[in-house]
Amino acid sequence: MRDETAEDENWGQQFDRLPATPDERVVEARPTRTEVVEWWVERFGIDPKMFDGYTFWEKGAGKIWAFNGEVVDPIEVQGLGMRILRTRQRHWKPSTNAVQRFCRDATKNVIELSPGEATAFVAGHDQQLDWWEGDWGYLTAAHELAGEREPLGVGLYLHGELRSTVPKGRQEELVKLD
Amino acid sequence: MNPLERYAPLVDDEAAFLEACERSLPSVVRVNTIKTTVERAREALDDEGVAYEPTDWHPGILKLENSSPGTNWPYFHGWLHGQEEVSALPAIALDPQPGERIWDTCAAPGSKTTQIAAMMDDEGVLIGNDNNLGRLSALRHNAERLGVTNLVVSNQDARNFSMKPFGERTPDKSGSFEQFDRVLVDAPCSCEGTCRKNPDVLDEWTMNHVASVAGIQKGILRRAVQVTKPGGTVVYSTCTFAPEENEAVLDFVLEREDCEIVAWDVPDGFETAPGITEWEDDEYDSSVTNARRVYPHQNDTGGFFTAKLEVNA
Repeated sequence: MRDETAEDENWGQQFDRLPATPDERVVEARPTRTEVVEWWVERFGIDPKMFDGYTFWEKGAGKIWAFNGEVVDPIEVQGLGMRILRTRQRHWKPSTNAVQRFCRDATKNVIELSPGEATAFVAGHDQQLDWWEGDWGYLTAAHELAGEREPLGVGLYLHGELRSTVPKGRQEELVKLD
Repeated sequence: MNPLERYAPLVDDEAAFLEACERSLPSVVRVNTIKTTVERAREALDDEGVAYEPTDWHPGILKLENSSPGTNWPYFHGWLHGQEEVSALPAIALDPQPGERIWDTCAAPGSKTTQIAAMMDDEGVLIGNDNNLGRLSALRHNAERLGVTNLVVSNQDARNFSMKPFGERTPDKSGSFEQFDRVLVDAPCSCEGTCRKNPDVLDEWTMNHVASVAGIQKGILRRAVQVTKPGGTVVYSTCTFAPEENEAVLDFVLEREDCEIVAWDVPDGFETAPGITEWEDDEYDSSVTNARRVYPHQNDTGGFFTAKLEVNA
């Protein structure tokens, strides 16, 4: 049961707003709004203004949600905006939906896939892509669609291999793609 | 009995009505403007050789000629969402604006909810509520695939929807609110209007179900009016032809809550019929004629009912 008095507990059934800065932090190890925005800026080179209207929330340990509006803190609901990031682990992991939503204009760590590679990626296959000369770790995988680059999802690049992290529920939607 | 025969006397052309109800519906998608533009979505479909035809009343609603949605790149990217053509009407009547607070009372699986989010430019507070936890996961999945970030997913019985989670009792707290600018009640119903997609609804239809679901509809619509600001908008919609679930529900709520039924602008090129004021032994308030009925033969769609209410100041 929830202890109403224990404000420093990270309770899994409610959303708690991230503190703006470390000075305002009450719950230990909870990331701050600044850290979350800076992570996206540093990792993908996106414009921080993209998050100006957003509030950031934690539900359960480390799961960060972005909401484009204002509600009371804390709030007990089933969902609040979009799950964008998994924190409280050594390498923070962005979500497929967040990368699709926020990384269209990313300037860093975007791996552009050929049509065949893109199809394999969204089907959930890991691929040997030795030609990538950028960073290891979580990348935005993208391909060209209707004349522009469009993000597909998150790939984990390690030792020359791009691992697809496209969730099963999204893969199924492409079974009949060819 | 076949419930369609019950409603045939309401329509201008019984034969056309019954004949249209027999035909299956084309696969229709709505372009999700949170993630792309209508132009780019069409270009992506063209590039993949997916044949489609824009509807003549809404540029972002496309009829696919052969394939079903879910099998092409623009669908994977959340640029398209499979949605019955006629079900785009309630969000149009609701006319949501960016930054507003809006409640979708019976939101899952989220076609109309995500359409509302797009019309809000994905800004503000949109509460997508459903009493069925299983259906809520479909709402969440659809909303995230479509890139919606202004949605609060809530699991309450809409008839006694509590504003407490949103700070009703702590009005001084940042972000708290106790009333909505607009509410959509897309109510559970007998669904004969979906018979072109799911003919089973006709076999399962019973008068008992009409009576019990009408009680639920009245409860939800009353609550919707109660939590809407003076001057705010409530839209009531169903996919049934039953007057007991449409005009009778409006009439019931008009008598008990401070609101009125107002006219709304149906898109040009989309044919509708007015709500009816008499059915069997009952008479309804004359303002129910502001509601719009949609019969399948009028626009080659499913059947539908949409009314717009204004909460009195």
